[in-house]
Amino acid sequence: MSALATNARVVKALGMRSVRQTFRRPQLIAPIIVFPTVLLAIQTGGASAAVNLPGFPPVESFLQFMLAGAMMQALMLAGNSGGIALAVDIEMGFTDRLFSAPIPRFAIVLGRLAGTAALGLFSALWFLAIGLIFGASIEAGVAGALLAIVLVTASALAVGGIGAAIALRTGSASVVQGLFPLVLVVLFLSSAFFPQELMIEPAKTIAEYNPLSFIVEGIREPMISGIDATDTLYAVLAILGIVIAGLLLSARALRHRLRVG
Amino acid sequence: MADAIVVNGLERAFGEVHAVQGIDLTVAEGEIYAFLGPNGAGKTTTVRMLTTLLLPTGGAATVAGRDVVKEARAVRASIGVALQEAALDPLMTGRELIRLQATLQGIPTAEGRRRADDLLERVDLAAAADRRVGTYSGGMQRRLDLAAALVHEPRVLFLDEPTTGLDPVSRKTIWEEVRALNDAGTTVFLTTQYLEEADQLADDVAIIDSGRIVAEGSPDSLKAEFGNPHIQLHLADGSVAEAEAVLAPLGKLLPPRDGRCVEVEVPNGAADIPRVVRALDEAGIAVESLELVRPTLDDVFVSKTGYHLEEESEENAEKAPVDG
Repeated sequence: MSALATNARVVKALGMRSVRQTFRRPQLIAPIIVFPTVLLAIQTGGASAAVNLPGFPPVESFLQFMLAGAMMQALMLAGNSGGIALAVDIEMGFTDRLFSAPIPRFAIVLGRLAGTAALGLFSALWFLAIGLIFGASIEAGVAGALLAIVLVTASALAVGGIGAAIALRTGSASVVQGLFPLVLVVLFLSSAFFPQELMIEPAKTIAEYNPLSFIVEGIREPMISGIDATDTLYAVLAILGIVIAGLLLSARALRHRLRVG
Repeated sequence: MADAIVVNGLERAFGEVHAVQGIDLTVAEGEIYAFLGPNGAGKTTTVRMLTTLLLPTGGAATVAGRDVVKEARAVRASIGVALQEAALDPLMTGRELIRLQATLQGIPTAEGRRRADDLLERVDLAAAADRRVGTYSGGMQRRLDLAAALVHEPRVLFLDEPTTGLDPVSRKTIWEEVRALNDAGTTVFLTTQYLEEADQLADDVAIIDSGRIVAEGSPDSLKAEFGNPHIQLHLADGSVAEAEAVLAPLGKLLPPRDGRCVEVEVPNGAADIPRVVRALDEAGIAVESLELVRPTLDDVFVSKTGYHLEEESEENAEKAPVDG
């Protein structure tokens, strides 16, 4: 078996462990699925009249608009949960088991990210299913749904990289868990839950430049109107930027962790 | 016989703290080598450097003929590691853990499954293989950790305090497994704070204290080097200071273990007992019991460090579990 195939097997095995770990630990799965679902239910139930506001993008329903926000929230929290799980591994010494194996050590980070991406995929499918069950349609059809799934999965991987970097740097699950409110703040300062056009300053300007806004618009457009090449490109560029930042920061934090033991 | 581990001037500092201060040692292929010392002596730091988990700040080491810094991945392919406080995921099952370990070692899936089944059987965990590790007892967790370290049949096995905190039965089970592995040709490097463990298992022992090796050799040679037996006296009324004053001219006093016990090393063994008892009797010091004690590794330890290992370890353990 080639080295590449062996490493791919390792990443897959660690990714599967990461997914199993999330589903076996309620405090990891709850933020990914339960919280965003509850928030989606509350918002669509209580603020559905928002679609009638002047300047609100033309949508079939508030649920249709909110699906992208719920997916974004789920993938952000999947990244955070992935970071917490990695920090728990460090705290209990499980990463020593992995570091003492004859594999490239970055494969350990990639395995964790593969698991986070899988959770992103799961959350995309979950919210698409909820949307379809409760009557929201995907304007761009199957292609649009697939595009949203790909963007959500890739975004989860990207955000997971940041979570992994913080976990590797601090080695503390409580520190990573402490970022939970910050994740929500960054999310609320994007167009995830409300159209940019209807925001007031300075939130509007922050949302305009928030990379999460580019990603969420890339996910939302296929659902509410159709696939837009520009929105998709911006979303991909934003994801790439976060992926590169996450991987670089993770690699640096990993080197630091191996140096200090 | 080739050397499995060669260490030259190995050092590790954490800022101003010098955890390991230039140690030298050689472990022959097929040997059981025990690293004996209290908590905080530098045992775990040494193991972490030899297993490539921590970079040395000085010196050099080879394991299975490979440099631990320049050929770290080749070293990792040759070693099995079971670290202090079994590093297990409580949410995984035993079978999942061994299979994951097989994958990490590059063993093909079918072969990994076969080895996992064999190893679980061997460490008597087959019945519990599909239970989550979090439900295992401490002894079961250590056996699982040991099985995971063996999945790729390593040339050199590192066991960091494999029996700390285990009950005597579980400890004996681990010892038997270590002996069986060694009989099959595996070199074993184990750290321990238990004198009996080093005495029972090891071909060679290094005593480490404050990051330095203070004695090295086979348990028998170390004890022979120490020399004379000593008389251990339990005093009825705890008059230790008076007893020490009386016994000082008769032999070499050893550091006291507790407030009612005096130990004196005598040149003629049992023949010196009447002389010691008479002297104490004449001084009016009542002896509750006495025992002639042959040299042990603890005596060697005391002579090299000035304190008793297991008491020190217990005190440290009570204070805080720290890096060994």
